[in-house]
Amino acid sequence: MLRHSLRRLLGLIPTLLMLITVAFFMMRVAPGGPFDSEKSLPPEIEANLNAKYHLDDPLLKQYFHYLGQVAVLDFGPSFQYKDWTVNELIAQGFPVSMTVGVLAMSLAFIVGTLLGIAAALRQNTRIDYSLMGVAMLGISIPNFVIAPILILVLAVYAGWLPAGGWDGGFASMVLPVLTLALPATAYIARLTRGSMIEVLHSNFIRTARAKGLPESVVIRRHALRPVLLPVISFMGPAMAGMISGSVVIERIFSIPGLGSYFVQGALNRDYTLVMGVVILYGVLIILLNFVVDLIYAWLNPKIRYDETS
Amino acid sequence: MSLLAVRNLDVNFDTPDGEVHAVTKLNFSISAGDALGIVGESGSGKTQTMMAVMGLLAENGHASGQALFKGHDLLQMDTAELNHHRGKEIAMIFQDPMTSLNPYLSIEKQMVEVVMHHQGLSKAEARAHALEMLSAVRIPDPERRIRQYPHEYSGGMRQRVMVAMGLVCEPDLLIADEPTTALDVTVQAQICQLMSELRRKSNTAIILITHDLGVVAGLCDKVLVMYAGHPVECGSVEQIYYRPRHPYTKGLLDSVPRLDQPEEKGLHAIPGNPPNLLSLPRGCRFRERCPKAFADCVEAPPMSVDSEGHAYRCFLDEPA
Repeated sequence: MLRHSLRRLLGLIPTLLMLITVAFFMMRVAPGGPFDSEKSLPPEIEANLNAKYHLDDPLLKQYFHYLGQVAVLDFGPSFQYKDWTVNELIAQGFPVSMTVGVLAMSLAFIVGTLLGIAAALRQNTRIDYSLMGVAMLGISIPNFVIAPILILVLAVYAGWLPAGGWDGGFASMVLPVLTLALPATAYIARLTRGSMIEVLHSNFIRTARAKGLPESVVIRRHALRPVLLPVISFMGPAMAGMISGSVVIERIFSIPGLGSYFVQGALNRDYTLVMGVVILYGVLIILLNFVVDLIYAWLNPKIRYDETS
Repeated sequence: MSLLAVRNLDVNFDTPDGEVHAVTKLNFSISAGDALGIVGESGSGKTQTMMAVMGLLAENGHASGQALFKGHDLLQMDTAELNHHRGKEIAMIFQDPMTSLNPYLSIEKQMVEVVMHHQGLSKAEARAHALEMLSAVRIPDPERRIRQYPHEYSGGMRQRVMVAMGLVCEPDLLIADEPTTALDVTVQAQICQLMSELRRKSNTAIILITHDLGVVAGLCDKVLVMYAGHPVECGSVEQIYYRPRHPYTKGLLDSVPRLDQPEEKGLHAIPGNPPNLLSLPRGCRFRERCPKAFADCVEAPPMSVDSEGHAYRCFLDEPA
């Protein structure tokens, strides 16, 4: 198991190298550059700027220079936010996005699985239909519609919560976390329900019932593991998306997270910032998929890796 | 008093196409320590009969009539009451050993939980008991094997584990639903031998559901033949095998391939198919496939019993 994990983590390096290469050259292929603006700069100044950021070097040289920087985890200066390095921007934005993302995903997981199981156990009753109806709404209503409604009801009319802003306190987290969690909750609830219904019809559940175990034990001990498998594999990549920041939610609630940097960076051709965020996202995806694999192996004995093999 | 007495059992399923009559007016009983074989082709209702007894019918299925186990009607019990009997006094072994064990739990967990739940033993005691049972069904090296998962067992070994799991609480009744169908012949013989040994040792009654007449002959004293949800014949193994009264039973026996018959006769098959359980024909349900059908058969024949206790559902008053 340990050996297998190490090998998997080493496999991260070529994947990231490929990601960096593709992203690097795609950015450069896109028309425009970081210092293009409506008023064109005097050619001397532009030449000086390009020289300062090594943008006048041959592309391959720039690429290997950048690889060297990344190897020591230095993502370079931001072209747009000129007083900041990309490392500083990420260090500032990522914790905020991660807090919101992790809270939202945990909420979605707990509430989603519970609702899904409740619906599955009452399959084709009114409770099941209404839960799944609400879940369908949760999936299909976009978050830029849900967010203003939540703000209007909970912040403006009721006055319980701030309408936006971020002070790291609980009250300022509630609305963004709720908004972010809602579609994921709905999706997980539907996933869990489907999975539960399928598992409850399997032969080994019949065996467990024939053993005379109480239904609660049948569900907890025998059904839960296989039910959670598809949920876990959904949560890995979804988690990466959620903790690397949602542009819409960060804009609406004025949260200083990572999501807005990504979009701004792409629009401004802020090469280093975009590369930094892309690499971070790539690392997150790979790491979380790795975690998913570990949880999978823990839940499912069939895919546990032997030391011998 | 018989251990299990099934009286007027009907099992029906609501389907989008109408009501499926899986079992109609079934009566049988089994005494402590007896072995009863229930035979019939696929869809004859043998499995659903046992599912009804165990309270394991699918959601769209419902049973009526009585299934008296030690005088208490299993069909009237809710799940909590049923759970006092299931696994403890009545155990069931299923057809498909590959999928009937939980692939996510070790054999140890799956065996120990039954013992702990029903006998209130500690984990260590339950484990010792489970190990004993695994040795009894001849799992080699049980100390190591018990920690493994179902996918590390072969099909035959899984079925032996199922037998061990069924018998671990020393039930009064073991229901085995085609326990050997999915296994190859040598393993079949082992499982059958195992069940008859355990039956002798612990006086457990066995209901064996199968379409394999050979298995029944080896293991059972009484046989119930079912056709399209109806019991058609019931008697001792000798009566059924040597003096079948119902043409369907005769047909079943003739379709067993035999080495002592000339090759050119080929395999015997009963022509036609069983009737559609959605709309059963009036009269004898075997009428359309019966080589001896005559005018009276448009009326449903009652179950007749001869002087030796051999019961059959046919108007013919002669051995078939």
